[in-house]
Amino acid sequence: MAAPNLISKQKLAAFPNWVPKSQLNLGLDLRGGSHLLLEVDLKAAQKERIANLVQAIRAQLRSERIGYSRIGALRDQALVVIRDPDKKARKGRDGQTNIDRASRLLRRLEPGSTEVDINGARITVGYTIEKRRADNIQVIQQSIEIVRRRVDELGTTEPSIQTQGADRILVQVPGLDDPERLKKLLGQTAKMTFHLLDERYNVGVNLPKVAPPGSFFAKHRPDKRQKRQGRKSGVTNVLKKRIVVSGENLVDSQPSFQDGQPVVSFRFDTIGARKFGKVTQENVGKPFAIVLDKEVISAPVIQGPILGGSGIITGGFTVQETKDLALLLRAGALPAPMTILEERTVGPDLGADSIAAGEIACIIGFILVLIFMLMAYGTFGVFANIALLLNMVLILGGLSLLQATLTLPGIAGIVLTIGMAVDANVLIFERIREEVATGRSPLSAVDAGYQRAFTTIIDANLTTLFAAIILFEFGSGPVKGFAVTLSIGLLTSMFTAIMVTRLMVVTYLGRRRLQTLPI
Amino acid sequence: MAVFPLRLVPPNTKINFIGRRKLAFVFSAILIALSLGFFAVKGLNYGIDFKGGILMEVRTPGAADIDNLRSRLSGLGLGEVAMQEFGQPTDVLIRIERQPGGEKAQMAAVEIVKGSLGKDVASYRRTEFVGPKVGGELIQAGILAVILSLLVIMIYVWFRFEWQFSIGAIVALIHDVIATIGVFSLLGLEFNLATVAAILTIAGYSINDTVVVFDRIRENLRKFKTMPIDDLLNHSVNQTLSRTLLTSVTTLLALLAIFVFGGAVIKDFGFALIWGVLVGTYSSVFVASPVVMSLNIRGNISSGSVGGESGQESPAE
Repeated sequence: MAAPNLISKQKLAAFPNWVPKSQLNLGLDLRGGSHLLLEVDLKAAQKERIANLVQAIRAQLRSERIGYSRIGALRDQALVVIRDPDKKARKGRDGQTNIDRASRLLRRLEPGSTEVDINGARITVGYTIEKRRADNIQVIQQSIEIVRRRVDELGTTEPSIQTQGADRILVQVPGLDDPERLKKLLGQTAKMTFHLLDERYNVGVNLPKVAPPGSFFAKHRPDKRQKRQGRKSGVTNVLKKRIVVSGENLVDSQPSFQDGQPVVSFRFDTIGARKFGKVTQENVGKPFAIVLDKEVISAPVIQGPILGGSGIITGGFTVQETKDLALLLRAGALPAPMTILEERTVGPDLGADSIAAGEIACIIGFILVLIFMLMAYGTFGVFANIALLLNMVLILGGLSLLQATLTLPGIAGIVLTIGMAVDANVLIFERIREEVATGRSPLSAVDAGYQRAFTTIIDANLTTLFAAIILFEFGSGPVKGFAVTLSIGLLTSMFTAIMVTRLMVVTYLGRRRLQTLPI
Repeated sequence: MAVFPLRLVPPNTKINFIGRRKLAFVFSAILIALSLGFFAVKGLNYGIDFKGGILMEVRTPGAADIDNLRSRLSGLGLGEVAMQEFGQPTDVLIRIERQPGGEKAQMAAVEIVKGSLGKDVASYRRTEFVGPKVGGELIQAGILAVILSLLVIMIYVWFRFEWQFSIGAIVALIHDVIATIGVFSLLGLEFNLATVAAILTIAGYSINDTVVVFDRIRENLRKFKTMPIDDLLNHSVNQTLSRTLLTSVTTLLALLAIFVFGGAVIKDFGFALIWGVLVGTYSSVFVASPVVMSLNIRGNISSGSVGGESGQESPAE
């Protein structure tokens, strides 16, 4: 509808085939797709870092044989209470007290990024604000990377993944067949670890009340029978806390089949292969557990040493589950859990319908305004209409130039602009009519009309523009698109109404030398 | 070409707008009172943008059997489920209230609904859920945007004109905003982010109209220093009346096209804008100017510049 021959050749060269609408950046509400706002649980990541810090402190104190009566995480710090703080060490240890040795040890743990505070026998170790901030940024960046890998694995075109605020990630994926799958994939942390089972307890039989030191409880994922009964988890296992190997050491993972059952095959890197090989060698005949996001997905018995660094995970999967699990393992684990705060998915058929409806509304609105202007101003109406046509071209050109996204409310913005764009011309023409009524000659009436209407046009349009800009700042998604088209439309309409029509009017008057204005 | 110059307003129209300001005041007062009353009693039908929850637009293979769909979903224990035909007989809009238990619960509910509808649904045209956290933020951003834009407009008008104009403009804008909220409450239309966008656009349109009238008042204040103020305001409004109506008509024509042909998704948005143009046009003439008049505008302007061309023109043209 926007005639391309109205633009200059330069501009036409800049947007080669922009007549097909695909040149414009269409929003998800028009082309169909999913908009997901994710929140990264930075607190959980921080908690995990403190837990790791506690582990490191425990290991250090043990190796130096410094006794402690209490160790653990307290809020966002690690806390340790040293036993016999003032007791001096035995020979060969410089005669220092336990507390001195412990504090020196902990200060050396991560120098520069921790704050160590000593109060009697209590030592607290926490990360500095700078370190925490840097860690948070890193977590977000890693999360984005993992999200990108997972989305890419789905084979979609041009996904957009970007941070929003301090702890959010906005994922926009156009043209998706199955948004539920994407949500499932993004909602999982996919942290995989291998553990040995605590052999003192039989699975699901003689469970202790609390997990013994060095071990933890983990529920098995429900098997098919349990799922049918509507149960959310299977038997409880007692696992050794020590991680034999983790998903970080995986280099590949693929869905495959074994004895007709869908399974996931995986391959470790050299370090992972060595660790896995050693443990399987030493524990033949014992069971080990594969844990995914705190849930045991499979606990097979080690049949023999696995030295090649590859293996399979069985677990009564469906084919789709093996595909998803393999994908998640390939893409890697998220550094912190993520929640989906908001979803907006538009199916491709609705998008196409919206474009069609928007086009019709545009064309009809346009024609109505053209006819009305012609009726109101005659020849001058023709000038205004040419300016309006040019205005449409400029809006579309401006949208492409700014790489702005055209949304459904954006189309509404264009239609609204069609109605409002003629305002500047109406102001001018009405003013000319008034000037003619005072008895001015055509040329001087036109001149005065343009001149006097100018400030009015500027004042009136600037105030509207302010509202549009604020809308752009605060609006989200499609609403932003509306603000963009409205703003561009206001600016271009001022240009076309003031400059372009004036040129036409003056040229026309120069040719005709009219005594009265046809207005 | 110049065969049918259509004049909505004949030249030299002299309608006594200012003389009817008491009537206009009563009308506006009733409009505002009704709006606030509806808002207080009936409230607004907030969309999921603000209160959180789930919205799905589904297309069924044949004409939709809404009762069947409703009975399917009401058994799922998801709380209040609202359904309505949307645009055409095969399309149904399903609204499910916010699920207790944070963001994950919304996502799980979407999955349950999709599983339960199964083959009754040919395609999911739209699936949206907004968790409680984002909803709260969107309310804040929306309110902030409206207040901020009113403030900015007020400051600009103050800067370009005089404070009396700025008060007149802001009273007219608040009038328009309240009247729009009132009509949404009355008709039970969904109040969502797009509605906030519509309100801001209405504010933008209304101020545009108002500024044009103000501009003329300012000009006339310099030109006709001795004219009684009510005559002067009347004269200004009448002079700009043709433009006010012409622009309103072209804008309404365009908006009508959106409302009728733009599709079900932006129908309400189009309606809000149509209403806003009507109210905004009314308020520019009947609210903004009378307020300016009541604020003793002349004292300020007369000390200002002397219009260069004031001598040649007479008030009655």
